[in-house]
Amino acid sequence: MPAGEAQSIVIVGAGQAAAQAVQSLRQGGYTGAMTLVGDEAALPYQRPPLSKGYMKGEVDEERLYFKPSAWYEDQKIELLLGTHVPKIDRANRQVQLGHGGHLPYDCLILATGSRPRRLNVRGADLGSVHDLRTLADVERLSPKMVAGRRIVIIGAGYIGLEAAAVARQMGLEVTVIEMEPRVLARVTSPVLSEFYAGEHARRGVKILTGVQLSHLDGVDGEVSAAVLADGTRLPTDMVLSGIGILPNEELAKEAGIACSNGVLVDRDARTSDPHVFAAGDCTSRPLIHFGRSGRLESVHNAIEQGKLAAAAILGQTRPSEDCPWFWSDQYDLKLQIAGLSQGYDTHVIRGDPATRKFAVFYLKNATLIAVDAVNSPPEFLATKKLIISGAKLAPQTLSDTSTPMKEIAAQAAA
Amino acid sequence: MAKITFINHDGTERTLEAKNGMSVMEVAVNNSVPGIDADCGGACACATCHVYVDPAFLAQAGEQQEMEKSMLDFAENVKPNSRLSCQIKVTDALDGLRVTTPESQH
Repeated sequence: MPAGEAQSIVIVGAGQAAAQAVQSLRQGGYTGAMTLVGDEAALPYQRPPLSKGYMKGEVDEERLYFKPSAWYEDQKIELLLGTHVPKIDRANRQVQLGHGGHLPYDCLILATGSRPRRLNVRGADLGSVHDLRTLADVERLSPKMVAGRRIVIIGAGYIGLEAAAVARQMGLEVTVIEMEPRVLARVTSPVLSEFYAGEHARRGVKILTGVQLSHLDGVDGEVSAAVLADGTRLPTDMVLSGIGILPNEELAKEAGIACSNGVLVDRDARTSDPHVFAAGDCTSRPLIHFGRSGRLESVHNAIEQGKLAAAAILGQTRPSEDCPWFWSDQYDLKLQIAGLSQGYDTHVIRGDPATRKFAVFYLKNATLIAVDAVNSPPEFLATKKLIISGAKLAPQTLSDTSTPMKEIAAQAAA
Repeated sequence: MAKITFINHDGTERTLEAKNGMSVMEVAVNNSVPGIDADCGGACACATCHVYVDPAFLAQAGEQQEMEKSMLDFAENVKPNSRLSCQIKVTDALDGLRVTTPESQH
């Protein structure tokens, strides 16, 4: 089917990528049928606040919705919520619905997202052992988050540390356990790890790194302690697991669509089947600013691929591909990340971590590839642009705080 | 409650009823006002909800925090009445507010 001729589009998944795709399709002039199928009951909603303001009870559920329900009616977008899609029938171009029936499509967008990696230890199925991915997860967990209670968080990644910050601010006794020798080991440098470990410790979060969870103990079906491999017992009232996410690629894989740690897509978010697109956490995509492919677990990626898929389906010019970006809120610290630091050979600290306002730049072969900016928007925003332009910068230029970041960026771009 | 008028860069106007406590960005996004991307959903993390506030309302729109100031410093076509709309909370005092959206957020 030539681009721009679809008359019936089905989107499987109802997260950020799906919400963006339907908006971009309508904005782009698509007037045909559109059905969004999601397995959760709620209207498409934002996930980032789940481990931040929403968990703390500062934000109502309604404010998480991308659009009010009237918008979908107005835009003639059919919402099939609480509906699972067990199978894609590519030969007949239709998706099967969990409660029976089929939906035909000219174009299919898979926005199936990701799911938390499950704890694989004895006791993982006890009561009060939680994940943090969906509204339902937070609804189960938050009534238990009462001052004075104890929580053990497994995994010191962004989710684990954001939840630790919220729990601590709510007055819980918080212990975080991490297999790696430092917090945030998978995603950032030792400089940042040390800074964040210090911030949490200062507020009374107990962080144990380089430890292995052996199993969870329970009483009457409810978790009562986390037990480490060295025998240490951590008595607790609840456990939160934050040990990473896995792409929901099975639906595509079983339909014979190429997958490899994610649904493989090209720059237009198209899969190995020209009628099937994929967007968001479930994909493995070209990372054009980094000369490789990979998975991005982020809002930026979901929005961008939603737009890319819509443009390709409508036969419109490919929207620009931004440098990957992320953020994390913990206490009063806003961390903004631009780029991907994996494989850096040099890091440069700009500012003093003791002031709680600083940035760490990452370079590879003298080219800027990423920044972790703590309470430092200029460093974040400048780096986004500099990565796209492939700027080469001397470490001493980046660390020179007497020159404003805006000026450094302008000089590098010249 | 406040009535807020959004003016597109091409001059098209739309007046919307806004509930107190919401952000001006949320009012715009919920009503599909063009020109506001708000990629981060209001976390003051992305600088894609830049607007120009009617100078008569700058005081009522509230003080800018340090984060917002430095984010705006990097936005395109910044003017003295530039704000990030996710950081403006709707109050009765904003009744009659007029905000203009820029041509692009990037």
